[in-house]
Amino acid sequence: MAARVGIPCSLLYFLYYPTWKTFFNELGAEVIPSGNTTREMLDLGVKEALADACVPIKLYFGHVQALISRVDYLFIPRVVCLNKETTYCPKFLGLPDMIRHSFKKIPPLIDVRIDVREGCNALSKAYRQAGLVLGATRGAIVLAYRKAMAVERRFFSLLQEGWQPLEAMQILNTGIRPQKQKGRLVFAVLGYPYLVYDQYISVGLLGRLKKMGVEVITVENLLPRALYRQNDHLDKRLFWTLGDLVLRAAHYFLRHTRIDGMIHLTAFGCGPDSLVGKFLEMAVHEQQTVPFMRLSIDEHSGEAGIATRLEAFVDMVCRKKEVCL
Amino acid sequence: MPRVTFPHVAESYRSFKMLMEDLGNEVILPPRPSKHTLDLGVRYAPEFACFPVKILLGTYLETCPKGVELIVTSGGVGPCRAGHYAQLHKKILHSLGYPVDIVVFEPPRLYPLDFLHNIQRLNPRRMSYRAIYECIRRAWRKLQALDNVEKLTHKVRPRETIRGATTRTYRRVLEWIDRAYSLVEIEEAERSALEELQKVPQDPNRDVLRVGIVGEVYVLLEPASNLEIEEALGNLGVEVERSLFLTGWTRDNTWAETTEGLTVKEAAMPYLPELLGGHGRDSIGNTVLYAKRGFDGVIQLAPFTCIPEIVARTILPRVSEEHNIPVLTFFLDEQTGKAGMTTRLEAFVDLMRRKKAARRPA
Repeated sequence: MAARVGIPCSLLYFLYYPTWKTFFNELGAEVIPSGNTTREMLDLGVKEALADACVPIKLYFGHVQALISRVDYLFIPRVVCLNKETTYCPKFLGLPDMIRHSFKKIPPLIDVRIDVREGCNALSKAYRQAGLVLGATRGAIVLAYRKAMAVERRFFSLLQEGWQPLEAMQILNTGIRPQKQKGRLVFAVLGYPYLVYDQYISVGLLGRLKKMGVEVITVENLLPRALYRQNDHLDKRLFWTLGDLVLRAAHYFLRHTRIDGMIHLTAFGCGPDSLVGKFLEMAVHEQQTVPFMRLSIDEHSGEAGIATRLEAFVDMVCRKKEVCL
Repeated sequence: MPRVTFPHVAESYRSFKMLMEDLGNEVILPPRPSKHTLDLGVRYAPEFACFPVKILLGTYLETCPKGVELIVTSGGVGPCRAGHYAQLHKKILHSLGYPVDIVVFEPPRLYPLDFLHNIQRLNPRRMSYRAIYECIRRAWRKLQALDNVEKLTHKVRPRETIRGATTRTYRRVLEWIDRAYSLVEIEEAERSALEELQKVPQDPNRDVLRVGIVGEVYVLLEPASNLEIEEALGNLGVEVERSLFLTGWTRDNTWAETTEGLTVKEAAMPYLPELLGGHGRDSIGNTVLYAKRGFDGVIQLAPFTCIPEIVARTILPRVSEEHNIPVLTFFLDEQTGKAGMTTRLEAFVDLMRRKKAARRPA
């Protein structure tokens, strides 16, 4: 029987799921995702995780809890660094340890450490370790790795065409591109992928905007090269990959594109965002051209509150545009 | 003379003041963090920034109106937020209209040229490197003396027979060290300070509990930020051993890692093999070591939303269970009240006493 590998659908799921799924499928394993976030998962996570942790971490605990009884392995990589310069949030770095020491009964974790600063083939080595846990041969692992990387490239090019990760995953699966709608406004939604694209925890932010006729550009839709060249006016590069990208994206939007509004989505108690948010606010404040709103969400976010604020913001932007025209 | 200031970290300002003045700067002393400091910090710092950011910003905002031109502080290489404090503070202070510059000392083994450049900026007298080295050596010795005296108060306080005698003596002997200037004087002041502290009337037979304190460096070192937890514990008859002192932290972060640092790392390995920045791994490693050394309990101090300590706190229950040592965590922020903390501490001390009594053969 094929080994069942569970992948919690949170945190880096939104960026690397196609890669991971291809890799494990090629090795003959069955990949079991935990599925979309539900109220039960959030409740489970809140119960299991530390009260002081941020929502995404609590949610991840909930996703793990939902998988525990259904899988033989849990794939929780320790993603340290993927671009040779910046690392991920310390909570990502300690994620496998937090999971391992919080649950009593847990299937074996595949917690390979991915740190590309270790050498030029550190990434393939990490995948090899993951493959060896499943008992695959080295040859099979190399082939699976190559295929996974090809899928990753396709996935990211789809993102850069302007699709959101969940749409892009569907396009990868079915090969059919849905019709794109033109909106009356264009908003930049800044925030970490695990907040922006998780429909439950973001209280359906993207869907709501779409319904109101707003087109959305996110950080993942921008070319990494363009972001890399952005000057973010700091003496020191931010330590965290995702936070760094968000800040650079904000500067990119302010300088190079015409957007009608900017929404920063952040989680209550997010460590990196306390700094990134402040820098972002200052950058927007300096330009004073783009309306800006910060939405802070936590496990108690109510639909009505978010909807009201979004509608008010969209109305405000519309009126501003009419006045300017 | 450039007017400089620096963060307030417990009594260390006495040493830094001497060093800065030796190099020819005018020092504007940071006041001890108070309610007013916090109010200022909370008003201008981001809401979810950790507690030290707010205290430091408040301190700067108290000293900046006095005409500070340079702020000297430490940096960091991440991924703990502390490494970005200086940049954040600079932006906030500039936006409030204070034209200050910040000198950030990063680990010299990583950025040796930056380090020398920074030293030159703080050296308006154009002293030679050799003279600077002498100044640093004296300041370092003073820092060590301050740490040693503080360590002794942790031992004496739980055994004192007159309540508050240790603290009063401590305040007095600190002035002796403060006044000492040359190496010989500092050593002599340290010796007589230690002797004076030993003279505090003590009850050697008292049943004293031993508790280790672990956590994030700033809230550990600055008594104003942890509501004088060490003093409170001492008054409850608990001998405290703190896992971090400023001299130890500086050594670990500037030059080679110390053997103590390496032991802690090894002890934490089974639980948290990854360095998270900050002191997450040290908290776990030190808890294991305290348990092995037969301590009665461990207290973890962390600022609210501190990322590495949240990771450590998630793992600590398992450590506590496997090594059979009670662990109490305080997440500190501007809302933390003294009464709440005292209640929790008293309950924790009761728990440890009962546990110790149960362990002891009848």
